[in-house]
Amino acid sequence: MTLITSPNLEAPDEFYEALIECHRGLSDEASHALNARLVLLLANQVGSLQILKQALRAARAGATEPLSPEHAPAGPR
Amino acid sequence: MPAYASHPLSEQSTGQEIQSFEFPWQRSPDQDAYALSGAVAHHPIVIVGAGPAGLSLAIDLAQRGQRVLLLDNDARLSTGSRAICFAKRTLEIWDRLGVGQAMCDKGVQWQMGKVFLGSEQLYGFNLLPEPGHERPAFINLQQYYAEAYLAIRAAQLPTLEIRWRNTVTALEQPLIAAGLPGPGLHAPAGERGPRPVRLMIETPEGPYTITADYVAACDGSRSSLRTLLGQQSTGQVFRDRFLIADVRMQAPFPTERWFWFDPPFHPNQSVLLHRQPDDVWRIDFQLGWDVNPDEEKRPERVRPRVDAMMRQAIGHEVPFELEWASVYTFSCQRMASFRHGHVLFAGDSAHGVSPFGARGANSSVQDSDNLAWKLDLVLRGIAPEALLASYAAEREYAADENILNSTRSTDFITPKSPISKLFRDATLNLAREHDFARRLVNSGRLSVPATLTASRLNTPDCDHFEGTLMPGAPAPDAPMPNESKWLLRCLAGNDFHALIFDGPQTNAIMRIIESAFRDGPGPQIGTYQAPLPPVNLPVNIVIVPCEGLAAKRYDASPGTTYLLRPDQHVCARWRAPTAALVRAALGRALALDTSP
Repeated sequence: MTLITSPNLEAPDEFYEALIECHRGLSDEASHALNARLVLLLANQVGSLQILKQALRAARAGATEPLSPEHAPAGPR
Repeated sequence: MPAYASHPLSEQSTGQEIQSFEFPWQRSPDQDAYALSGAVAHHPIVIVGAGPAGLSLAIDLAQRGQRVLLLDNDARLSTGSRAICFAKRTLEIWDRLGVGQAMCDKGVQWQMGKVFLGSEQLYGFNLLPEPGHERPAFINLQQYYAEAYLAIRAAQLPTLEIRWRNTVTALEQPLIAAGLPGPGLHAPAGERGPRPVRLMIETPEGPYTITADYVAACDGSRSSLRTLLGQQSTGQVFRDRFLIADVRMQAPFPTERWFWFDPPFHPNQSVLLHRQPDDVWRIDFQLGWDVNPDEEKRPERVRPRVDAMMRQAIGHEVPFELEWASVYTFSCQRMASFRHGHVLFAGDSAHGVSPFGARGANSSVQDSDNLAWKLDLVLRGIAPEALLASYAAEREYAADENILNSTRSTDFITPKSPISKLFRDATLNLAREHDFARRLVNSGRLSVPATLTASRLNTPDCDHFEGTLMPGAPAPDAPMPNESKWLLRCLAGNDFHALIFDGPQTNAIMRIIESAFRDGPGPQIGTYQAPLPPVNLPVNIVIVPCEGLAAKRYDASPGTTYLLRPDQHVCARWRAPTAALVRAALGRALALDTSP
């Protein structure tokens, strides 16, 4: 099984709108908490550890902040 | 042997009697001889440390007919609040040692737990939904009771001697220091020459020296033998402190494990409540790092915390006696190797875990269970030193599993970063409504025995088996079909066991097993070259009717045969065994087979 990265959403624009709408009126803190709950709910929907790890890697690859040395992955980058 | 007409402690002794009891000082003949002429007595096995691991190991070896010397630097059993949860596998091991029933009779059985967030119950759980096991998932029992029952059993065994107030002050392994191997597999009995281990011992009446073939270091987390060997136990130290309060009270709590995250009576921290025998409740309050441990354990600091908990839990305070209060920190760590020459480390000396999951004392007893039969067979010259290497490999693996589980629990209970806390809180929040999140809540993954799948002693399956049981796993219990007894009770002896699920081939399989054990694995197995003594190993053959839960748990069909090690772990299984297959499996299980 492989993480789906090609378009797979039934209605991309509607989903995106609903995602932003879901956060409306929340403080940053409450929004972060909502996101954490959302991650856990979606992770349970996916189920497969292999796919979840691929998703974690893909998400991590998008981290733009420079890594502090002790958190940098080993090996050439 | 101590000249007790009967043991001063009994199964009726109170906790107070056990904790205050001091074993009388008794000077040993070894010390007399040493003082008189410098004579150095020799012992095949010396165990250091009379805690759960050392006592269990000593009993196991003595039951196998070995002469065992157990040394302890103190004259008392455990005091205060230490291990309190003993798991099913530990009770099964203790059944084999003759003390399981005493533990269960005194212990409090529990299998239900509740998890709270704030003042609200998130969910409850049941640890053992599966019927058909003699022993419960857990009992709660103060460690001093467990040690007392072990000490009483130990005193019944004529080849087991305990010397209290004997402190090991130096340890030498002259053969290893000289670059020589051990005395070899078949050193003739009574042969003189350097002994593998030399121990210097200090007593209230001065020092003496003894030698040993093997030493088991069961001397606890601050093991002095580990220090004497220049070894360390390393790992992760957690920057958190916990207060233990043992309180005696009449309280209308059910016998359940209650775990609070962030309760209103102890905000931002966790609290764990457990019932023990004698109406004693153990309460663990998480305190954080920045507290003064000496302050926090003072009764005037502890009592208001307990009162606040009671107001929350049952709506009012109750009178209680504070039996014990202490503040502890913990770490998850282990020694790099549990075997150093002829010194073997078992229990807390070898590894340490956080208390969440009851994996400390339980894994210690499993260490001794793993080590006893191996030491016995090596000392008898039946198995090579490699069998002791397998002890280290198997129990290092188990320690890693325990450390992994207990570290995960600790990370959930004590999140180390804001984002870790965010996800922890999100998990708890979802657990109110959603079952899946309850599986993520981690207030301790309670002790289950390691399945030693990677052990070299296992013979990989050549036939197909369904289910979760696999080579390396401890044999699961089940009711014996058509009989009012339990399967594990049929595996109580000291020998290898063969379980034959009954069928038309039963008699033929019995003959195969008997001949394989009579002829032994033979010197042609693998690349092992040393001359073996004629092997005539006893084997305990158990015929199990091929029906019911037993057949289901072992995925048995008529003729299915399991070979179990003396510690009841599965080492091989077949649908239709042959003598050659059984001999080869026996060779592997005795570590005679050095092929990959």
